[in-house]
Amino acid sequence: MRELLMGNEAIAIGAMVAGVQVVAGYPGTPSSEVLETIAKRNPGNIYVEWSVNEKAGAEVAAGASCAGARSLVTMKQMGLNVASDPVMCVNYIGVKGGMVIYVADDPGPISSQTEQDTRSFGRYAHIPVFDCDSPGQAFQAVQDAFDFSEKHGTPVILRSTTRVCHACEDIEVPEIKSCGECSGFEKDPRWVIFPKRSYEAKLNIMSREPKLSEEFSENTSWNTVEGTGLTGIACGGISYAYVKEAIAGYEEHFRILKIGTPFPFPGTLAGEFMKSVDKVIVFEELDPYIEDALIYECGRLNINADGFISGKRDGAVPSGGELDPVMVSHILQKLTDISLAIEYDEQDTPPLPIRPPVLCAGCPHRGAFYAVKKAAEGKNAIYCGDIGCYTLGNAAPLNMVDTCLCMGAGITMAQGLNHADQGTVNFAFAGDSTFFASGITGAVNAVYNQADMILCILDNSTTAMTGHQPHPGMGITMMGGRTEPVDIAKVLEGIGVASIRTVDPLNFEETTDAVKAAIDEKGVRAIIFKSPCIALVKPDKPLQVNADECIGCMNCINEIGCPALITHDGKAFVDSSLCTGCTLCSQICPADCIRKEEKNND
Amino acid sequence: MTDNVKSCLLCGVGGQGTVLASRIIAAAAMAKGLRARTAETIGMAQRGGSVVSHVRTGQDIASPTIPYGRADVLIGFEPGEAVANLKYLKRGGTLILCRQEVRPVTASLGQSRYNGNDCIEFLQKAVEKCYIIDGEKICRECGSPKVLNVAVAGALCADGGMELTLEDVEKAIRQRMKPKLVDMNIKALHMGAECIK
Repeated sequence: MRELLMGNEAIAIGAMVAGVQVVAGYPGTPSSEVLETIAKRNPGNIYVEWSVNEKAGAEVAAGASCAGARSLVTMKQMGLNVASDPVMCVNYIGVKGGMVIYVADDPGPISSQTEQDTRSFGRYAHIPVFDCDSPGQAFQAVQDAFDFSEKHGTPVILRSTTRVCHACEDIEVPEIKSCGECSGFEKDPRWVIFPKRSYEAKLNIMSREPKLSEEFSENTSWNTVEGTGLTGIACGGISYAYVKEAIAGYEEHFRILKIGTPFPFPGTLAGEFMKSVDKVIVFEELDPYIEDALIYECGRLNINADGFISGKRDGAVPSGGELDPVMVSHILQKLTDISLAIEYDEQDTPPLPIRPPVLCAGCPHRGAFYAVKKAAEGKNAIYCGDIGCYTLGNAAPLNMVDTCLCMGAGITMAQGLNHADQGTVNFAFAGDSTFFASGITGAVNAVYNQADMILCILDNSTTAMTGHQPHPGMGITMMGGRTEPVDIAKVLEGIGVASIRTVDPLNFEETTDAVKAAIDEKGVRAIIFKSPCIALVKPDKPLQVNADECIGCMNCINEIGCPALITHDGKAFVDSSLCTGCTLCSQICPADCIRKEEKNND
Repeated sequence: MTDNVKSCLLCGVGGQGTVLASRIIAAAAMAKGLRARTAETIGMAQRGGSVVSHVRTGQDIASPTIPYGRADVLIGFEPGEAVANLKYLKRGGTLILCRQEVRPVTASLGQSRYNGNDCIEFLQKAVEKCYIIDGEKICRECGSPKVLNVAVAGALCADGGMELTLEDVEKAIRQRMKPKLVDMNIKALHMGAECIK
């Protein structure tokens, strides 16, 4: 049956067609839908889990592979950093069942901290990399990646980028059969990594690489050369689609090299391509990976790369951000004098609003941030933020994120800030999923090293930002079973956190009092702000501003910045289509004029 | 890009349903036997930020995203967002515009200036084929704020820029939606179509 599948769904179904048996991962945009799709379409015997973090997921997948199962671990590029310990090592012990490490990169970046390139990571880790340029191609690539992994006994990285992950294409979906049984674990010294074995493994890996490169050069479905023109274009991933769009109608001028297996680089094929053209323009997002590989090949072939290869290194193509067909067409026109630039009209427009992402109307994080802000007024307080919806607490008028680095870093950065700058009151904010993923070690570090800080756990009982995936605190698994939820307060108690308070962040007075009390204490104090994500619960009745009583002070708007509050004729006004009835605004209104609507609007 | 490819860009604010609308349009094209591609904003930007969905149908689709100047139809769920994305619309293309503005927090806080009516006036002058939909009215009469995406699909059919018919979309609605929601959505579909005169 033909279905409209998102790239991530196509990869999921491709993995199931390839007979994947164990799937693990940690949510992260733009990768999350792969694991969710396998869980949703599970024919019954595929084991699927959201792991606590990517390191755990990669280790689960490596273990399954040792037992002969085909295994898949999914993550975004930031997660690959977390997983890099096992990922760097697993190539040395090798795999038995095919092991695919799916990593979604985020050019832009659209929802990430870095613009790192997993192709470069693959080269660094000596792990073969398959790239995805469309959902249809990705569907096949994941199947090839499993076969390749088993054939050569190596883990394989399957990489895609946002515009492939989240693009949809109509794809013929085969019937998914139950996966087979794995061959089982056999005890063997190869599964134990030791310096001497690592030395031998390194020699094997390095001697294998030229052979894999040749295999890639010869496989015309993974790496392709098309066209007969004299201007060469080298590309890979989504940039191939942009190139095709940009040169439509002008194909006769160009010869395109598409790299579908960036590592080990198919140098022989690339060399032949370069010898057949007058120049090469390289279009790729993130690192100048293909470009550098071509420059290396130029060295081997004694071709002067200067002036022959254009791309990011000579400034022809931007070094950061996404590409698009219009940009590609304009760069090509500039470098070739062929009039193919895609034209469009641009006009002077009326003033347009700035629309940064914000905490949703009714989001309990707003209450938590605002209570901490008010309780710490007059103190020299520093707010260390973290990765999740609550990073949006940085926006005006809350301005409650002073630092944000990576998953779990808020908790540990707060400690460093406190050790260095002792006159400060240090708050660290971490969501529940982030706490389980990488916050616990930071909390242990704080207790052990006697930090002076307030750990704020924003517990909305889900992994909200990435699409509401379950986590250890929720009591549900991806296999559909119930499990005993891991209790955050008990974890903190076990670690030895002296004072632990649990509050409802939508109760302003109670929460502010709790924060004030914590400020007056010393050592590691924890406050758990517990209230479910508003996207998961039925909204309460919306509130209404009584316009006759409203004094127009705009306190509600200027203090908490809820999207449901707007101005109307100099007074505050509640947009009832957005309001969830959280009542935070009514609790801070000096005129006491915001109340529940009398009429039931359901 | 060959002539058989039709492109529609949907833009709005996170939470307005642009993603679902793009899926309905793609499903309608597939129900007709056409190939379909979409590209969407998912993730952080969905939290009240600007979002766009690209839908392309036809046999020879190269890029899942539409280049500037190549959208046959632009569907603006919000006036300011329609202005911001007008450069996608080809000369002579159709604009389907929902009237209601969504005020961002930055405007309420006085950090940015925004007047939805100025945007509507600008669009009416800039685009010859500009159709305005009173989304609020349709949602009220159909009894759900969630039918806006189907209403714009109705307008899209009536315009004809994507070469889809109301029957194609009805088929997609029946395939994809829960039975109890079908009648309400088909009513919204036809009300959307009636806005194109």
